[in-house]
Amino acid sequence: MGDHHHGPAKGLSRWLFTTNHKDIGTMYLWFSFSMFILGGAFAMIIRAELFQPGLQLVEPGFFNQMTTLHGLIMVFGAIMPSFVGLANWLIPMMIGAPDMALPRMNNWSFWILPPAFLLLASTLFMEGGAPAAGWTFYAPLSTTYAGPSVTYFIFCIHVLGLSSIMGSINIIATVMNMRAPGMTYMKMPLFVWTWLITAFLLVAVMPVLAGAVTMMLMDVHFNTSFFSAAGGGDPVLFQHVFWFFGHPEVYIIILPAFGVVSQIIPAFSRKPLFGYDSMVYATASIAFLSFIVWAHHMYTVGMPVAGELFFMYATMLIAVPTGVKVFNWISTMWRGALSFETPMLFSIGFLILFTIGGFTGLMLSIAPADFQYHDSYFVVAHFHYVMVAGAVFSMTAAIYFWLPKWCGRMYNETMGKTHFWISFIGFNLTFFPQHFVGLAGMPRRIPDYALQFADFNMMSSIGAFIYGASQILFLYNVIATIRAGDIVTDEKVWDGAEGLEWTVPTPAPYHTFETPPAVKG
Amino acid sequence: MTSQTSTEYEKYYVPEKSRLAICATIGLMLSIFGAASVMNDMTFGDPNEASSSWTIFYCGMFFFAATLFSWFRTAIRENIAGMNSAQLKKSYVLGMFWFIFSEVMFFLAFFGALFYVRNLVGPWLAGEGDGGRMNGMLWPGFEYAWPMMQTPQEAVGGAASQLVANSGTYISPHTSMAFADAHVWWHWLPLWNTLILLSSSFTCHVAHLGILAGDKKKFNLWLGITVLLGIIFLCLQALEYYEAYVEFGLTLNAGIYGSTFFMLTGFHGFHVFMGMTMLLIQLLRSVIGKQFTAEDHFGFEASSWYWHFVDVVWVFLFLFVYIL
Repeated sequence: MGDHHHGPAKGLSRWLFTTNHKDIGTMYLWFSFSMFILGGAFAMIIRAELFQPGLQLVEPGFFNQMTTLHGLIMVFGAIMPSFVGLANWLIPMMIGAPDMALPRMNNWSFWILPPAFLLLASTLFMEGGAPAAGWTFYAPLSTTYAGPSVTYFIFCIHVLGLSSIMGSINIIATVMNMRAPGMTYMKMPLFVWTWLITAFLLVAVMPVLAGAVTMMLMDVHFNTSFFSAAGGGDPVLFQHVFWFFGHPEVYIIILPAFGVVSQIIPAFSRKPLFGYDSMVYATASIAFLSFIVWAHHMYTVGMPVAGELFFMYATMLIAVPTGVKVFNWISTMWRGALSFETPMLFSIGFLILFTIGGFTGLMLSIAPADFQYHDSYFVVAHFHYVMVAGAVFSMTAAIYFWLPKWCGRMYNETMGKTHFWISFIGFNLTFFPQHFVGLAGMPRRIPDYALQFADFNMMSSIGAFIYGASQILFLYNVIATIRAGDIVTDEKVWDGAEGLEWTVPTPAPYHTFETPPAVKG
Repeated sequence: MTSQTSTEYEKYYVPEKSRLAICATIGLMLSIFGAASVMNDMTFGDPNEASSSWTIFYCGMFFFAATLFSWFRTAIRENIAGMNSAQLKKSYVLGMFWFIFSEVMFFLAFFGALFYVRNLVGPWLAGEGDGGRMNGMLWPGFEYAWPMMQTPQEAVGGAASQLVANSGTYISPHTSMAFADAHVWWHWLPLWNTLILLSSSFTCHVAHLGILAGDKKKFNLWLGITVLLGIIFLCLQALEYYEAYVEFGLTLNAGIYGSTFFMLTGFHGFHVFMGMTMLLIQLLRSVIGKQFTAEDHFGFEASSWYWHFVDVVWVFLFLFVYIL
């Protein structure tokens, strides 16, 4: 423990024992990408089965396991950890901190994830197969009718929750305590702001999910009756507890994506972000509203009319702060000196497609209309527009944007743009037709469908294969960049980029800001 | 521009490398795999088949506990060695605060379930509201009261005669935990438990005042009393559970009343155990390790916050589980 810090250790121990936020960020990113590939493979099985009507490739029970694991792995394994990885890499550099506030716990937050997902994936090979009740695992499907694998699943959720809570506490402590002198709250980059608010949401709702799965565990093994009407409980209670977690969870996924886009669009518009203050307040408003809208996932469950109305109006209110954000991004680009490098393309793709997803969300928020849309492919289309074109597109943009800073090498721009256009076309080909089949009445989570949906489903499947294949190109581009990309040495990799992370050398040294930088007034 | 110069800045200690996280991961994963397997053996397994689930669970827990011990020891030694700047200490404060907040939210899930069941589900099952007619057909004769002394299943004459899919047999208690069933007030254990836990929060605060004044003797004495009160609380809680199971017929499968009662009080009791253990460790650190000064006693302070949190949860439990 000398006065000067050492570089990274050699070999495997660097990764196993590390306390360095950049190492941990890198591990989170690679882990989430591998989960993205695994969850994507499950999606390919789903789309292959749905390529034509009739039972083609897999058993219906296995199909259900695929939809369940696809959802769980994408939400908890791919998207959430990817943004935690980004937070690890960037937050200390953006606020001028030497590392995360609690570095050893940071490492633990990461290392419990891979074994937890290994256990979850291993349920595929257990007697009775993997959990098959959907990623929302509603009771009693997940309790009364569940097999032994549900127990492992429940404990996995506990571990994932633990990881998220520790990760979030770390982020909150870092942002509240480690800002360089002069880095006031209202000077923080928007990515830091959105992550601070996301971390609050995580600390607030992951324990509620833990409560929900604990009630399941007790119902399955100890004969309690939380979700059994015969004992005075209610299966709908599960949905309330689950969605009290689940709706803020949606914003946990999308708020960091908002943050990323709010960094990238100004950089390639060569203008400061339009309406910084309103962006912060809009993010906080969305976070607040996310706690009082959960039952809009449950309109058809038989709630009293007063409940339906309350949740409908509260949900519609979210469109206001979200609209503020969308208009701010557009205003940032207005009369800017725009250029369209890959990160910008993905950000604009995000902006357009996320807005479509937002509008379909508004349609779904209308309680009487939702009676038609509920549990149809329209819902599938809606949340893939916000999850994939929202969260995943912005994550992809983030990788292209910051990768040169991280490794000191520039990615191949042509390949990046190709990746964008194939993704954009593949994505829309997959999910746009699903709006139509959904409105026409095709239910979600089924391995077979009526003949009139055949054409659109075939389009969807072809689109999915294209989108899936484009990720291989992405992986290749990232690896090629790290190994042999053109060297960049400018601190500011992008001429329009602003923020402390662009003031350190490129590639970013192992330790940055061991003494806090001066933040300009 | 308000920046410190590098000479003024007290370096934030970032540990170089640590095996703690990996060891804790191994311990935790073995524990949960063991625990899940134990439960599956119990519910789905063949009772005649030998199983190593308990062994895996115990090994995991032992390894996990040993790692945590080592982890906290490391953190304490770093602090004693003067490696913790004021800024790092604030990180620990924030960490503890938000950890307690997450615990509050965990309890909120169970309190929320209790409110939902008591105010909405119960009356609906008894035929009120929009779905009343259907529930009236499913559970004829069910009348809602809290504590629920007859489940809908029992109202229709048992598991065999209920119309919906059967997921278990629920047998209601004949005596509830409510005050009305205690007959004489000094037989009512929750009242004693409330007095004990509230006083323990008070004694904990006195201990805090003691250490703030640098009076180690006062600190040790009052902290010892706090730990003792915590142990008495846990003993009474165990007695209450014994009474519930053996004398009242109130069990985990007594329907939703038993479910909410045992989950809320059970998780609270577990947290009391955790808090008591934390305080006990602080006591040992103070008495045996001669640690803590008027300025530096965060281990105790964090444990005391936890203790007050557990106390507040109990106040709500007393109100909503026992009284109302």
